[in-house]
Amino acid sequence: MDFGLSELQLSMQENVNRFLAEEASLDRVREFAASDHSLAEDIWTGLVNLGVVGVLVPEEYGGLGLSAMDAAVIGECLGNHVTPVPYLATCVVAPRAIALAGTDSQKDEYLPKIADGSKTIGLALSEACAARGKNGASVRNGKLTGTASFVSDPHADYWLLADRDARLHVIANDARNLEVKVMPQVDRTRPLCELAFSNTPCDSLPNSGSTVLQHVLDVAWTTLAFDTLGAAQSMLDQAVEYAMNREQFNRVIASFQAVKHMCAEMAAEIEPSRSLLWYAGYALDEAPDDAHLHACHAKAHMAEVGTFVAKTATVVHGGMGFTDLLGLHYWFKRIGFNRQYLGGPEWLREQAAIAQNLAA
Amino acid sequence: MDLSYGPQYDTYRQELREFIETHRDQAPRNAPLKSDAAKSWQKLLIDHGYTARTIPKEYGGHGGDPDLLKARIIGEEFARAQVPGGLGGQGISMLVPTLLELGSEEQKRQFIPPTLAGEMVWCQGYSEPNAGSDLASLRTSATLDGDEWVVNGSKIWTSTAHLADWIFCLVRTESDAPKHQGISFLLFRMDTPGIEISPLVDMTLAPNFNEVFFTDVRVPKEQIVGKRGEGWYVANAILGHERDSLGDPNATLSRMTRLIELMKEETIGNERIIDNPVYRDRLMKIQARVMSLRFNDLRVLSSRLNNTDARLPRMISKLQGTELRHELEGLAIDAMGETGLMYGASEFLRDGGSWQNQYMYFLGLIIGGGTSQIQKNIISERGLGMPKEPKFEQSSSKTN
Repeated sequence: MDFGLSELQLSMQENVNRFLAEEASLDRVREFAASDHSLAEDIWTGLVNLGVVGVLVPEEYGGLGLSAMDAAVIGECLGNHVTPVPYLATCVVAPRAIALAGTDSQKDEYLPKIADGSKTIGLALSEACAARGKNGASVRNGKLTGTASFVSDPHADYWLLADRDARLHVIANDARNLEVKVMPQVDRTRPLCELAFSNTPCDSLPNSGSTVLQHVLDVAWTTLAFDTLGAAQSMLDQAVEYAMNREQFNRVIASFQAVKHMCAEMAAEIEPSRSLLWYAGYALDEAPDDAHLHACHAKAHMAEVGTFVAKTATVVHGGMGFTDLLGLHYWFKRIGFNRQYLGGPEWLREQAAIAQNLAA
Repeated sequence: MDLSYGPQYDTYRQELREFIETHRDQAPRNAPLKSDAAKSWQKLLIDHGYTARTIPKEYGGHGGDPDLLKARIIGEEFARAQVPGGLGGQGISMLVPTLLELGSEEQKRQFIPPTLAGEMVWCQGYSEPNAGSDLASLRTSATLDGDEWVVNGSKIWTSTAHLADWIFCLVRTESDAPKHQGISFLLFRMDTPGIEISPLVDMTLAPNFNEVFFTDVRVPKEQIVGKRGEGWYVANAILGHERDSLGDPNATLSRMTRLIELMKEETIGNERIIDNPVYRDRLMKIQARVMSLRFNDLRVLSSRLNNTDARLPRMISKLQGTELRHELEGLAIDAMGETGLMYGASEFLRDGGSWQNQYMYFLGLIIGGGTSQIQKNIISERGLGMPKEPKFEQSSSKTN
């Protein structure tokens, strides 16, 4: 019996955290946020060198061939440092989808380029879960028509899209009849865009369908939950550190029970969530019957805990928490993004109920 | 990550399941303390190693080797079968472990066997009217007079005092020492002259608690656990045992399973409660928290097996376990609406009235055994390294 992170996972986290602390500081994140959001090559290259970009690519295609849980714990580090890279899309969801649903030649085409970091893939899955409005895309005669909103990574080389029939397709960014419109949003570490298709060519993954789609969404939800976990832990750490140094009434504010209890409440919410997420991550590859229910609960619950921590940690910082000077809002917004992206907590809880036959 | 217990444990679990099914009818339901039914069930469980499993045979236990996984399987299976496990109570859950650790050989032989057998019932004398969260400021005194301690003062929140044969009691023996170093841990009979018990009815309307008053209660000198002035440290060993048992995720999981069924049975208008999205959303929110605490508990267990750090997950379990349980019971009441108000024996009750009862009872547990506020002090100070509140210079305490 061992319910905890493996030595490999702990050492990957240590390596990624050390690299991000040194090379992807908040100043670098600010620089990205103020840019046109094209790929942060320096951070990306560092992650390629660490091997984590190919974490889910099978070994025969040049990747590490690790599990979805391994990928998720790396995601936790990126949330912890609010790192602006297309990790979820390119390194987690796309390789899993292509490995499951692609032909051999499609795997040959995409997977090595993901593993060596030479191509990035964004996600166009929002119409496949908790869809808003009437957007969405359909395929006729092998060509796409329609619109996909809240698509990640406007500068990606490709996008992975789920159409109205739960089929997955890869679209190149230089495809004909494709219009890309940036959708400016609050979290500037995770750029979004809208894609408009009119008879746009695409590369359809023939073995896709609702089963594959559901699995890759479960993987995406769990990884997003880990991202929030990392961000929430960072906000708590920053709040405790600030409170230990900030003096008012001739004492550090960390000695006031009002402040201590806010920090204790954050820890008391984060720790059990971490335990839930560990199981949800484990279930993705090791307990498939449990994977969907726990992925729904992990993302929904972590969204609630993240929202509570984001607010509380900001408040512990007092007025400084509200400013841009400290940059705490990058974590606040990251958590806010993860809450809504690919389905908010109310919708996910309904999916959890459906998974147990408690709702239709 | 490896969540299997291993084949020998699967066999162990299977045997236990068969044992429970075979003996289910003998399990006592609401049997009074010291009744034959309660005692013979306890004996059966000890003989089979399903309670008092690691306590040596010479003290009336089963004499098994420590095994965290077996202990966990026992907890899980009795909860799952909704059959009572071994006897609880403060004597068995708190005093016995303390005596095993800190008692003299004579004390172990005298007290542990009858306590485990359910023949000797204990109550705990810790809190006082003016010593609650600040327990170390307790004032009940014991002064030595010849070969006897003479105890004066009072205790409060004393569960089962009216049923207990003995009390384990914190008293101030060193009036000049700093408050934590002036306390001793005494054991004495509840029929000693000078003890008065007054029932304290709680909000469930059950006389779960008592106030106990001591006037010149004479206690043989040797009935002390540990040395004079070390009682605070003896007591703290026990408080650890208590906190671990107050937020039991197995029991919460059983209540969650029952709650789902209840929400399928109850209706509002012509709609099942489970079909109402607002109630359903509340249920799902609570389910995620039940799962979180269950996996948190698994993480604590795993850390004990593998010697890894799990301080924070352990520290939060009493706070979160009791708060969650109170909320879960409250959702069941909301699901029943006016039916949820039914209380006291009648044909109108659901589940024997347990939802209202437990809703209130767990409010008591949020407060008892270290309030949620004290838990937050512990989490922030020992878990997050934040400083203690500064102490006032002058002492308003009358104990020093």
